[in-house]
Amino acid sequence: MAEKITLSDLNKTLTEMNVQSLEGLKIEGDVEIDLDVGAGGVGPLFAYYFGQEAAKIAMQLMNFAKAVGYPVENLLQPVAVASAIAPAPKDLAAAAAAVPAFKVASALASAKFAVGVDKTWRNPIQEVTLGATKADGGSRGHVVKLGGEKAMPFFPDAAMPHAPKITMDVFDMPIGMAKAVKMHYEDVISSPGEWAKKAVKKFGADMVTVHLISTDPLLKDTSAQDAVKTVEEVLQAVDVPICIGGSGNPNKDPIVLSKAAEVAQGERVLIASANLNMDWEKIGKACVDNGHVCLAWTQLEINSQKELNRKLMKVAGVPRESIVMDPTTAALAYGLDFAYSNMERIRLGALKGDEELTFPMSSGTTNAWGVRESWMVRSPNKDDSDWGDRMLRGPIWEILTGYSLAMAGVDIFMMMHPTAVAYLHEITQSLMGRIEAKTPDTAAWLKMGV
Amino acid sequence: MAYAAGLIARTRKVEECTPLVDEKKYAKKLATLRSIVAPELKMVYIGVGEKQVKVGGEDVMYRHQMTFFNKPPFAYDVADNMEEAKLVERVKKISTWRKFYIGKWQGVEMIAVRSVTDDPAKFAACVKTVMANSDFPLILCSFNPAVLKAGLEVAAKAKPLIYAANKDNWKEVAQLAFDYKVPVTLSVPFDLDGLKSMAVTFASMGLTDLVLDPGTAPNGKLLQQTMLNFINLRRAAVEEAQRDIAYPVMVLPINAWLTTDDPVRAAYWESVLTAAFVIRGGAIMIKHSLEAHSMMPDMHLRFNIYTDPRTPVQVKPGIYKVGNPGAESPVFLTTNFALTYYTVESDIASNGIDAYIIAINTDGIGVQASVAGGQLSPTKILDSFNEAAFKWEDQKFPAMVLPGMAAKFSGELEDLFAGKAKIMVGPEDSGRIIGWMKDFWPPKN
Repeated sequence: MAEKITLSDLNKTLTEMNVQSLEGLKIEGDVEIDLDVGAGGVGPLFAYYFGQEAAKIAMQLMNFAKAVGYPVENLLQPVAVASAIAPAPKDLAAAAAAVPAFKVASALASAKFAVGVDKTWRNPIQEVTLGATKADGGSRGHVVKLGGEKAMPFFPDAAMPHAPKITMDVFDMPIGMAKAVKMHYEDVISSPGEWAKKAVKKFGADMVTVHLISTDPLLKDTSAQDAVKTVEEVLQAVDVPICIGGSGNPNKDPIVLSKAAEVAQGERVLIASANLNMDWEKIGKACVDNGHVCLAWTQLEINSQKELNRKLMKVAGVPRESIVMDPTTAALAYGLDFAYSNMERIRLGALKGDEELTFPMSSGTTNAWGVRESWMVRSPNKDDSDWGDRMLRGPIWEILTGYSLAMAGVDIFMMMHPTAVAYLHEITQSLMGRIEAKTPDTAAWLKMGV
Repeated sequence: MAYAAGLIARTRKVEECTPLVDEKKYAKKLATLRSIVAPELKMVYIGVGEKQVKVGGEDVMYRHQMTFFNKPPFAYDVADNMEEAKLVERVKKISTWRKFYIGKWQGVEMIAVRSVTDDPAKFAACVKTVMANSDFPLILCSFNPAVLKAGLEVAAKAKPLIYAANKDNWKEVAQLAFDYKVPVTLSVPFDLDGLKSMAVTFASMGLTDLVLDPGTAPNGKLLQQTMLNFINLRRAAVEEAQRDIAYPVMVLPINAWLTTDDPVRAAYWESVLTAAFVIRGGAIMIKHSLEAHSMMPDMHLRFNIYTDPRTPVQVKPGIYKVGNPGAESPVFLTTNFALTYYTVESDIASNGIDAYIIAINTDGIGVQASVAGGQLSPTKILDSFNEAAFKWEDQKFPAMVLPGMAAKFSGELEDLFAGKAKIMVGPEDSGRIIGWMKDFWPPKN
């Protein structure tokens, strides 16, 4: 066999016979099968399968060669061909397992889930007591404790020592309210004492906040002297710890709140509030002199909060255990993202060791009722889907505003709607593991027939 | 350096670095870079085309650390035992619900089809009806592989998520996920070891488009456990880089409906569960209540939490035209806080009013807070009109309308504008501008 059957010869003939070309395959006269499989970068498995194919083709080619007159039979080396089409050796089997031939696993792998805690949280939040019982020179039936956390709220790192608390709003004069709120207070709207009683006895408030808004020069301009009579009235009506709020007028609040602090001496009330745009020193000192807790209010700015806290401590002499912060509650849909992240940053900063921020936080959750979605009858935007019943829309607005901020670290919520109070209480208690209830089969939703 | 920062912030892409992509010798470096900038939490795609949703893909535990990237899609449920007309009505309601907020339309992203009947043919028919009436990505929900297969025969091309593989059916469901090339949910309630075992097993079969269902308990102590599980899973993924469990996590707020027969209570509690897990790491949710009193708060909460804190939500200060304002149109004044601006704009536009709006630069603070904080003041207002070179002389009724919450500036503004423009006090909420226009515009004198 001097003549060679070259690939081009074969291809030519094969093409005539409608057989596809064979690249990389060279058959010489003495029937050497020479496969060039490495150059194309193919792996061993491919080579193996390709080898099988090629071997089969080679046999066909020899048959073909024989048919066209080449004496190939006696040159055929059956052994070589047999080895080319033999089962895959071990290393080839391993290669086969590594390629994406899909095979369902025979059993679940064994694995354990484990995760650590946040080791950067070294600093506990200051514990603050509100209210004073007889033993401590006050007249409250019990006290309320805030703070003491060593971790973010509801995290696995450390249990919260105290549940978040709710103080319900009472105003010293009738004010405009959303319809869904007003219906609960119409009978007590002219009597702060009765209002406070209803909040505590009927709605389960932990505390009440008396807002002395009538002192606002633009409203009734009630004198501090007259305004504080309402404080006395409320202190007599209920025996829970109380919070005293001003009108928000930066000139008048220091006067009104100082007077209120005197009247409530010994009761360890929360005085709301001191901020940087007013005489915070006067308010801070009134808290110190009369044994109260000072609410430090800033507007969505962590550095202002540090500044105010520092000034209250260093200049006004307010002790650490007598400061609560109000970093401002921008309600759901009205900038909640700012309020949320501001509070979350404050709390994380405190836990990581920033001593100017390690105080409990308060939220003016009632702000939710300023959001149009909470109170408007229908959407002002004609292309919106129907807004539904505002009597149902309002309370959930207050619930979600408060609850979101509970997740950011708020310890005490100033609220208005009784349904919102009940839900916020229930979810925070649930996340602390304090509510026993039979949990339904959590796959049952698939087939539920609502 | 700027490019590197851009990669981390996901404003730039690896592919923009052309030498790495074009030159073969950098192939290894390209792969390394891709793995470095890949999100800590696996990103899974569900659906195809425009409505496709991205699930997971997060990098941080708390939003202020960078941002949360992919808001959890809400999948509202339909069931295969619904009468056709009711099914179509519900699908349409889900698909068309919308609410305007900060210059954008909020809406639903997905539909979850539940098999109540456990009948493959009925499930397939239901999926077909849903697909004929909506192009939303689907979640096919059943533990019965035959039912899932029937659904996939209809829907596989639209790349639905299947729910779910559990300890009993995982082999069959794994085969389905492979055969139909769809993402799959692994459901192992209240057993993170078991969940991890299944995730590792699926990954070993080459199935990594996974969503995890660690169980959503709607009440009791298991609800606390649910929260702890979500926190721990997120921590493992983004703080400890445990890639073998770093998949998006599913929440089932729909489970609130298993605790009560009172639809208001169920809807409220569903919203509470939604809020809990929008904040703490839920990546995709199956929900039920289509009432406005749960959809509206849930949509807004999700929007707020997934707002990128790195981009200021401000509009450019200056004069804006709404509709086709002319010489007889009023000028409404507001701040450059995007929420305030877009609210005012949509209230004016959607009621067909032609007007100018001047957005005063208050550093993106809203009206109430900027009045209190001094970022909005009479002199600032005067300066803003001067900067915008607004031509009062072209106006037939030269007048600016103050937001009701800035009413106290009117006296000082009268003095500052000295008769050049009339100062009017508008409503406290711009939703009432339409009524205000009827009563007060054009001005009487």
